[in-house]
Amino acid sequence: MSTDNLEEYNGLCVFIEQGDGKPVRISLELLGEGRTLADKLSVDVTAILIGENVSGIAQELIYYGADRIIIADDPIAKDYRTEVYTDIIVEQILKEKPEILLIGATCIGRDLAPRLSARLNTGCTADCTELDIDTEMRLIVAIKPFFGRNLMADIICPFNRPQMVTVRPGVMELKAQDSERKGELIYIDINLKEEDTRVKVLDTVRSTSDAVSLDEADKVVAVGMGVGNQEGFEMLKELADLLGAQIGATSLPVDAGWISEDKKIGQTGKTIRPRLYIGCGVSGAIQHSAGMINSELIVAINTNPKADIFNFADYGIIGDVSKIVPVLIKELKYSATKSLRHKEKK
Amino acid sequence: MDIVVCIKQVPETNDIGWDPKTGTLIRESTGGILNPNDKNAIEAALQLREKHGGLITAISMGPPQAEDALREALGMGADKAILLSDRQFAGADTLSTSYALSLALKKIVRFDLILCGKESSDGMTAQVGPQLAELLNLPQLTNATEIIINSNSVRIKQKLEDGFRILKTHLPVLITVEREMNQPRIPPMDSIMEAYREKDVLVWSVGNLGGDKERIGLKGSPTQSRKVYTKIVKKGEITLLEGEPDKVARELIQILKQRDLL
Ligand SMILES: Cc1cc2nc3c(=O)[nH]c(=O)nc-3n(C[C@H](O)[C@H](O)[C@H](O)COP(=O)(O)OP(=O)(O)OC[C@H]3O[C@@H](n4cnc5c(N)ncnc54)[C@H](O)[C@@H]3O)c2cc1C
Ligand SMILES: Nc1ncnc2c1ncn2[C@@H]1O[C@H](COP(=O)(O)O)[C@@H](O)[C@H]1O
Repeated sequence: MSTDNLEEYNGLCVFIEQGDGKPVRISLELLGEGRTLADKLSVDVTAILIGENVSGIAQELIYYGADRIIIADDPIAKDYRTEVYTDIIVEQILKEKPEILLIGATCIGRDLAPRLSARLNTGCTADCTELDIDTEMRLIVAIKPFFGRNLMADIICPFNRPQMVTVRPGVMELKAQDSERKGELIYIDINLKEEDTRVKVLDTVRSTSDAVSLDEADKVVAVGMGVGNQEGFEMLKELADLLGAQIGATSLPVDAGWISEDKKIGQTGKTIRPRLYIGCGVSGAIQHSAGMINSELIVAINTNPKADIFNFADYGIIGDVSKIVPVLIKELKYSATKSLRHKEKK
Repeated sequence: MDIVVCIKQVPETNDIGWDPKTGTLIRESTGGILNPNDKNAIEAALQLREKHGGLITAISMGPPQAEDALREALGMGADKAILLSDRQFAGADTLSTSYALSLALKKIVRFDLILCGKESSDGMTAQVGPQLAELLNLPQLTNATEIIINSNSVRIKQKLEDGFRILKTHLPVLITVEREMNQPRIPPMDSIMEAYREKDVLVWSVGNLGGDKERIGLKGSPTQSRKVYTKIVKKGEITLLEGEPDKVARELIQILKQRDLL
């Protein structure tokens, strides 16, 4: 069931997710990445911008790499709704026939992308950590970890268009704006009626916490299975507090329920770039390292000298977390009181 | 209210190795388990049945041993189980999996609600639910942490990165269930045994489903893995801190101080 007239498909599209009239950061990351990929194919980057009162964003999208912005600005698109957005995007895809469609793997992107892929009868590779172009075949190569500890797979979608991929926020670096860039704005009409929509959004609640979020943290203490249990986790929280660090985790403590999902680091969690990462009882599986390898200083505490994390840590302590961390806590407390006394004397 | 729950059997661990000599996967774990997140979907179905009555059918596409996952669903309390199993399904990506599931659901005819887990622990794509909804032309409500059904009307609380939304629609609908929604019950051993003795798992092949053969299995999968390879990330030289905990702790603190991290 391949797409007819494959050769008619040309160009790269990025779905722009927005909230409160501002583009979500991943959309800008994808514009930059999309620009690089599109240049390899010598094609245009088209951004698809949907919402109510969103036209003001368009110029910024051009600065981030788009050549054309398709703008669907209409009250019916005020809130993201799967079917409304799918209808609008599918109409544009069938008209524009892009080869590639990039979507951020946010909650909304992960709701939208598979629905689109089924409607368009095409493949969508989820949670890629790297993208490349096979220029000879004109294919996007979606690179992602594959099950085991350090396996990667190159995934392609040779016979269906558009080739769809999703990428987690933070995986691609945000490229700088270029305010010299010019682009074209294309306004489209939406021919959907509210009474035909099946889903209504009754309420949206965004939590406004002041806490530094994990992906912006300067220091992170990562909890792995080697920490053993909830008690071990409490101990690491104390360590994190003393260091002024945020708690992160591998997926297993999250699955075990000790730690909430928003703390997960990795391919299917957050991407972090802190100045300091301390992995405690973390094996360093590739799905995890995909989200933290760009940390500036990586410290690992692990009993197994063969653990993968020692392949990429800057400092390694081969030892038991339950023995090392209490001493670290004691020493940190001691040096804190010492420096306090020192200050008082001055 | 009749409910269909889509469940998947997944490898017990994802410690799958790669043999560089033969170029094949080494699956160290032999056992398959019921995808943990799908237990939340089953639990949600059981709680809805307590309130609204109806039948629960668990369905899975997979190799013959996926029957064990369906038995577990029966043990938890599902009424019926259907296994889509056929060599022709092998190599299916998410789109081809959801296509096969959509054919089976069309065959089941009577259902008001489809529940899926939010994601499978081996694929974690969270794609099969929305794709299935599209193929059946049903509305989809994803990442639900709460479901409230009132005659024909459905409300869910949808989890977002930084908050939640309340969404409303009508039956029939497909909902994907977050882990936080509930604490799945652990079936007593005798109810699992009973599920083996007294309940049947229907097995449907490609022939039973009909549909377009071109959309089944590997042939029906638009995505292909072109290359699988090991990648060991190496950053540079590592410095090992060795000795008694007291000594290494002090050394580490010194290093952090030098780097202005303390
Ligand atoms: C599709 C998919 C997506 C995934 N996405 C992610 C993701 O986004 N993020 C993620 O983290 N994982 C992800 N995973 C899971 C990943 O493959 C690993 O299973 C996981 O990262 C391992 O977590 P861990 O290192 O905590 O546990 P383990 O692999 O169990 O390692 C525990 C480590 O602790 C050490 N240890 C044990 N006891 C002690 C002790 N007392 N003191 C010190 N060390 C000790 C052990 O030597 C071992 O190295 C994904 C998997 C799949 C299939
Ligand atoms: N082979 C399958 N058979 C039945 N249901 C499945 C299958 N694969 C995935 N699902 C359902 O789709 C959800 C999401 O899976 P995935 O897209 O693999 O993350 C799972 O939690 C299941 O509810």
